[in-house]
This record gives sequence, structure tokens and C-alpha cells, in this order.
Amino acid sequence: MQSRAQAMAALLDLLTDQPVIICNGFPSREAHKIADRPTHFYMIGSMGVAAAIGLGVALCKPQKQVVVFDGDGNVLMGMGTLATIGSLRPKNFVHVVFDNEVYGSTGNQPTISNVVRLEQVAKAAGYVHVERVREREDIVYEFKDLLKKDGPSMLLIKVNELAEDVGRVLHEPPDITRRFMKAIE
Amino acid sequence: MIESDVLVQSLQDMGVNFFTGVPDSILGGIIAELMVRHVYTPAVREDEAVAMAAGAYMAGKIPAVLMQNSGLGTSLNALISLNLIYQQPCILIISWRGFQGKDAPEHLVMGQTMPQLLDTMKIPHRTLSEQTMSNDLKWLGETFMKQRIPVGLVIQKGVVKGLHP
Repeated sequence: MQSRAQAMAALLDLLTDQPVIICNGFPSREAHKIADRPTHFYMIGSMGVAAAIGLGVALCKPQKQVVVFDGDGNVLMGMGTLATIGSLRPKNFVHVVFDNEVYGSTGNQPTISNVVRLEQVAKAAGYVHVERVREREDIVYEFKDLLKKDGPSMLLIKVNELAEDVGRVLHEPPDITRRFMKAIE
Repeated sequence: MIESDVLVQSLQDMGVNFFTGVPDSILGGIIAELMVRHVYTPAVREDEAVAMAAGAYMAGKIPAVLMQNSGLGTSLNALISLNLIYQQPCILIISWRGFQGKDAPEHLVMGQTMPQLLDTMKIPHRTLSEQTMSNDLKWLGETFMKQRIPVGLVIQKGVVKGLHP
């Protein structure tokens, strides 16, 4: 199984100027280290609402494909948003969930995603395409494929618990807002 | 009493062009009018609505979030650790359930606490009245643009025409 950072690096290789909303905790810090792009919105708090922020962007920028990098703990916390997305069906919404089955930023306490299949919840809520992957080749193949299709889509990637040795995101939050707004104008 | 379509038109004239939220009976007339105009995106929780509005703002919109004051409790963390620290403004249209203790028991504590709660969070707010509406809305727009944080417009029962007059 790969680490989240390995999987994330493979996905970021396939992205160019798409807006990417990245959930709080290690995912934002890792993305910032792998590739710091103005099109990245790094969250440092407000756990559970990454997909809702992405949904707001997707609804108001229908010509741009919006990607959300989320975690299993985050999706479980804001599970209602899967229903909102499933009902509104934005075609330009790609939801990536790095599922390590733990709250990694607070000491690896278990979540419940080992028994709850989040991509099936998304499917039941109305997502058009959902995939569950583990191997690197599958991650790259499925992500490329989902980027070509009309969504909303979810790519759930099973990853191990390893977190990179990364510092905090260096940009100040208001600067992240302004930089992101300018980049997606 | 303010007509719902007059209030909605005034908000749109100010430039508000993204509306989301979770319903309350006091806001029923406003939401019905927004739906007639096909400009309302329903949310399932108030913190989700606040976050959707933040995304809309970053995509160039001027967003408003409608909620019952109980939803203010639900959305506290998003307002604090998203909107306030990232400087993402939105207009919060909050119904004042439990005003002066005249409501169902579940609304009484929030009804009494809400103004201080908003003050503590440093969210500027005004309570709408028919006599001061144009000033209230002007203040709302100016505060939004100047401070770049959420701004509250509080609506009491009977101020804006609801679904059941």
C-alpha cells in the first residue's frame, strides 16, 4: 500500500491549473511540500467542510474542473455534503479521498472507514462515478479517466498511515485566499 | 411588514448573487422568493452552507447564507476557523428565534445569547426593521466590503412577510 504523499504526488503530476481544495491536517501540509501552486487552497481548520468549499467553487465556476483532496475523517464529519453534491450533480466536481482509516493529524486514532465504504455512500447519494483503488497504476489510470468524465466523481484511495515529515503551510490564511482567488479568476 | 420580494430584490441590487442556507419559518417567505427566482442552493447543515458560500466568494460571487439562529451554533467552527481567519466574507441572514423568551423551549437559550455570541466572535450584526431597511442594507454591504468577514442581518418574527401572513 502507498502512503498518502506518494498517492498525492502521482495525482498532482496529472493536474495543471485546476482549482484544488485540500482538507486540514497533514494533507494540506503534504500537498504544500510536494507542489505549492496558487491554485491550491490549503485548509488549516474547519474540519469536515473541504468538499463544501469545493462545491461552492464548482457551482460558480462551471467551466473549471474542481478537485477536492479529502480524508476519511473529514468525509465522515461532513457526510451530509455527499448528499448535497449528489443532489446538485456538478459535472465539474472530482472528490479524491485519501483513506488511511485513522485521524492521522491527532495521533492515529481509528476512524470507522474500515467498515463504512465511503465511495458506496457517495454512490448512494448520487455521485455519477465512484472508484476504490489501492495500487499506484490503478490510482493514475482511474484519476485520468475520472478527469475525462462528467461528474460528480469520487476516487477513494486506500493509503497507509505514514505521514511525511512536513512543516506547517507557510502562507498566511488571508494570502491563501487572495492567491487562490486570483489564480482561478 | 417588509415584503419578501422587496428584500430579495434589494439584496440582488446590492450585488448579492449566491444564496444558500437551511430553512427557518421566519425566513420561509424569503426562501420561497429566492426559489421562484432560481437563485437558491439548499444546504443540509449551516456549516456546509457557510463553507459553500466561502467557495462561492473565492469564485467571485457575493454570497448570503440564511439560517435559524440555532444554525449559528452549528456553523461556529466554520465561521471562526474558515471565514474569520481566511478573510472570507458572507452575509449571514439569521432569524432570531427565542426573541424575548417567546418561543418553544429549544430556542430560549440561543434566543437570549445570540447578540453576545455574535459580539464575542466579532461578527458585526444589525437587526432589520422596516423603517431602517435601506440603511441596514447599506451598512451590510459596506461592512462586507471593508472588513472582509461575515456580517449578520438578524430578522425577528413579523418583520418580513412569511409564508403564512
